[in-house]
Amino acid sequence: MNKLWWTQIRAIIRLEIRKTFFAKRGLWIYLLALAPVALFTMHTIVALRMQHMGRSGGPGSEGIGQMNFVFAGVFQFFFLRLAIFFGCLGIFMNLFRGEMLDKSLHFYLLAPVRREVLLVGKYLAGLLAAIVIFSTSTALQIVMLLAPYDSPAISHFLYQSHGLEQIVAYLGVTVLACIGYGSVFLAAGLLFRNPIIPAACVLIWEAANPVLPSVLKKISVIYYLKSLCPVNIPLDPGMPPLIALLVSNAEPVAGYLAVLGLLVLAVVILAASMKRVRRLEINYTTE
Amino acid sequence: MNEASEQLIVFDNVSKFYGEILGVNRVNLTITPGITSLVGPNGSGKTTLMNLMTGLIRPTRGQISILDMTPDEPEKLFRVVGYSSQFDSFPRGLSGYEFVYSYLLLFGFDRAQADEFAWRAIDRAGLRDAAHRKVGGYSKGMRQRIRLAQAIAHNPRVLVLDEPLNGLDPLVRAETIALFRSFASDGCHVILSSHVLHEVDIISDQVILMSAGYVVAEGNIQSVRSEIEDQPMQILIRCQRPSELASRFFEQEHIVEVRLHHDRRGLLVKTSSPGRFYRSMNQLARSGVGIESVAPVDDDVNSVYEYLIGGEESTR
Repeated sequence: MNKLWWTQIRAIIRLEIRKTFFAKRGLWIYLLALAPVALFTMHTIVALRMQHMGRSGGPGSEGIGQMNFVFAGVFQFFFLRLAIFFGCLGIFMNLFRGEMLDKSLHFYLLAPVRREVLLVGKYLAGLLAAIVIFSTSTALQIVMLLAPYDSPAISHFLYQSHGLEQIVAYLGVTVLACIGYGSVFLAAGLLFRNPIIPAACVLIWEAANPVLPSVLKKISVIYYLKSLCPVNIPLDPGMPPLIALLVSNAEPVAGYLAVLGLLVLAVVILAASMKRVRRLEINYTTE
Repeated sequence: MNEASEQLIVFDNVSKFYGEILGVNRVNLTITPGITSLVGPNGSGKTTLMNLMTGLIRPTRGQISILDMTPDEPEKLFRVVGYSSQFDSFPRGLSGYEFVYSYLLLFGFDRAQADEFAWRAIDRAGLRDAAHRKVGGYSKGMRQRIRLAQAIAHNPRVLVLDEPLNGLDPLVRAETIALFRSFASDGCHVILSSHVLHEVDIISDQVILMSAGYVVAEGNIQSVRSEIEDQPMQILIRCQRPSELASRFFEQEHIVEVRLHHDRRGLLVKTSSPGRFYRSMNQLARSGVGIESVAPVDDDVNSVYEYLIGGEESTR
């Protein structure tokens, strides 16, 4: 494929990837992505120590099935809602807003590149970075989750308890979360000067999803993601109501509809962003 | 589309307001190929005009046409336009070479072409030795030159340069001016803003004088000067008998002032009618006062600027 727009997108990705992966100001995104890995690593270290000392009843003594629920909770409550959410905020809001603040966005706007192509190039670069960072984190979390268990238990989990399918599903949800939140925060970066306002609005909107009317639920990223999560977290009667509300999914949709819905949502948001970027003006003094 | 408009840059009643603040107002301009200088004090609207021309900002009213294209089509416009802006920021972490090379990749050039064009532009800007250093570590003059290299890298037909001589040492200034001249002699547009009026005078084929968002005057500097009728034209006459010549001038009603030059070998004359002055000079030349030369002394950008905009307002 050597169409001009594709060549230009590749050139944009080449420039953006470098900035996204190696920027000092993006360090906190790595920390956020690696936080659950650290948690499961600590669990593994304690479990292996206890196994080594011949003790029972500590971490690792619970079955993989039980740990699977723990993982589902961490994934849905922390990783999706906070790590990927804020990580995408950091990556995608910076694609345009960060360059406005650096006063370097004119570099792209002085090149013979359609503004829509620029937007797609930047989005794909952000997406690539987000997917690499957060999918690696998901994979490492799973590795650390399974590390305390012996090979037969792991094999049983992977091949007879749908473990492999769950892993693929978690990686898929991670990718889709990056696609969804990426589009939302790219648009927010074009519309708002201060990232805190859109972040707070989207966070509240996503958190309120379970209590929203059915039509409004569909204008939300988390609605589709929760429907795709392979493990439902059992609602403990003793669970705080807020957490119970956040992890419950009253009206899950079929997997293919969830994927389609999320992709349509992302495309609609990107199309709206294209209209905005077409009208974008450089006025650094007001930034 | 006609052939003439394919060569012109046209502003048709263009205004730009930043909220309540005026950027430029009711600008009507037709710019022909050659070197055109934008001159005016801080805030007069020079940069606004350049940003409008290149689509970085949009007019509140009016239309702009660049060689029959609108600034709303960057994908076409920047194939023929190069802009060296005053924005002194660069994408992070790039060397001078990478800055120009990456810019060229955005045009769709393959790597070999982009490499060749990048080096050619860097050579023309005289930055080969520093090309692999990070732009962040460049001096002001080097940053100016790498922006110039970026602007000329794709061999544009319209070169827009915001204060391109700022921060350059005299030798590089001379080379840069020669570069502008070579572009202009190839039939390109070179549109620049400068605060160094004597350089503008030397470089420009035409000037656009701006003040407080308005175009005060445009065109060839001598024709602009001749239109300023409320300011008598000053002419220096070198001659052997200046006192005798002065007495002859006092008889003519269009002569406003006559002063003996400080070296006592000439006269500074102010006339309200240059046409009548030159006609009378033909007669005086035959009267034996020994006229050696006659030259206007206030038809340069500096004087025109002072008459139209005011000497108290400093240019950038």
